Amino acid sequence: MKAIKANPLRSLLLIMAFMTSMLTSGCSSTFEPWVKPYERDNLADPIMSMNRNPVSMSYTHHANQAREGARGAEGGAGGGCGCN
Amino acid sequence: MVQEAVVAVIRRKMASPSGTVRKLPARFIFACFVLGLAAWQAFAAVLPQDRSDAMYHSYQGGGMSIDGPSILLRKKIGNHVSVSANYYVDTISGASIDVLATASPYAEERTENSVGVDFLHNKTLMSLNYTTSSENDFEAKSIHFGVSQDFFGDLTTLTLGYSKGNDEVGKTGDDSFLELAERQNYQLGITQVITKNMIIGLSVENISDQGYLNNPYRSVRFLDATSARGYRFETEVYPNTRRSNAAAITANYYLPYRASVYGEAKMFSDSWGIEANTVKLGYIHTFGEDWIVELRARHYQQDKADFYQDLYTRSAEFNFRARDKEMSTFNNLSLGVSLTYEFQFSAANFFKKSTINLDFDHVNYDYDDFRDVLAIDVPVGAEPLYAFSANITRLYVSLFY
Repeated sequence: MKAIKANPLRSLLLIMAFMTSMLTSGCSSTFEPWVKPYERDNLADPIMSMNRNPVSMSYTHHANQAREGARGAEGGAGGGCGCN
Repeated sequence: MVQEAVVAVIRRKMASPSGTVRKLPARFIFACFVLGLAAWQAFAAVLPQDRSDAMYHSYQGGGMSIDGPSILLRKKIGNHVSVSANYYVDTISGASIDVLATASPYAEERTENSVGVDFLHNKTLMSLNYTTSSENDFEAKSIHFGVSQDFFGDLTTLTLGYSKGNDEVGKTGDDSFLELAERQNYQLGITQVITKNMIIGLSVENISDQGYLNNPYRSVRFLDATSARGYRFETEVYPNTRRSNAAAITANYYLPYRASVYGEAKMFSDSWGIEANTVKLGYIHTFGEDWIVELRARHYQQDKADFYQDLYTRSAEFNFRARDKEMSTFNNLSLGVSLTYEFQFSAANFFKKSTINLDFDHVNYDYDDFRDVLAIDVPVGAEPLYAFSANITRLYVSLFY
């Protein structure tokens, strides 16, 4: 049996503070991306999204989790390239 | 402070000889659906695409038949706001092995409604969802808030989410039975562009439950020499808290010929002693401009909850006891295929494109310590281990506009 040491609320607050500092510092506007916006065609292709069919994906998670003990962390990768 | 108090309660419970916990899967149908819908719209600082989906879903397996429709509508309002609504129905009939062992086959229906709004400001996307789920013996309400932010030249997306849900648990045939439970979810997700052909993602989620976490219909069995079968059933007893952590890493890679591969690995553990691992691999191939074919495989394995037991030696042997097969040690292997046909409308048309989709998965479940009590002429406790397979089908049309 494992003791749970992490406090998720505290972690989230720290991350929110980090996000706020990033927003106010303007860091994102000065950063030079190593993958340029015009190089993101492939990333924007729907076949690169794990969530290209959200209704079906939600149902699949539902069907699995109803029969399994595990739950959570179902977000999956997607986006992140500012392309839609 | 509340979190620490919950942990303290769990630790006290785990320190007891019988110590352990866990809940039943049916109620998480609701939570999972809420999170699933919330997750897809939270992973990028752009408004979700306008679309409508109409789906028929079907699950056939283990003596159960569950099917129904799901309708999703999503539309932007101006450049900063998108609204959505989802209607979903599960029509359930048949009898699983749990029902056959202790009760009669039944039929029931679950209806779920959700509405959501997304607000985009610069590179920040905020999402708010409200969902209700209703059955004749179960009511649930849930609210989700998420915020997503792009960083570092839009190569990194950070997503935070929080959900809170409340359940009212009833029991058919017992009008006086009413129990409550509440749930909180904390989610964190990061997606990272690695190269112009690769994205990886990391997501973690903490879920805590408090209240009545039992399934009021499930039973445990215990040895009783006076019974004709050699055993009898009695009500399960679960602890009233549960806390779980899950972490998943995903990767998508674009191949040179408009195809992609993806993988996912996930770990899970909870305060009931359940530990699970999931691995998923998929390949997506395109044929011309119109066809998309996906092949996938998924393997899931879990170790049982500490208080799970297939057969107890006597009635009320431990403070907490359960015989839900979902809490046993088992694994499943799923193989699936998806077909998508896409067609474009003319530029002047309100609708931009449409897709027709068919998803199919075949799943085999193999249990390591859940026995088939329907077997006859077998000594108590020596029944064959239970196994079953299921077919999961989704047929849907999507319109993009």
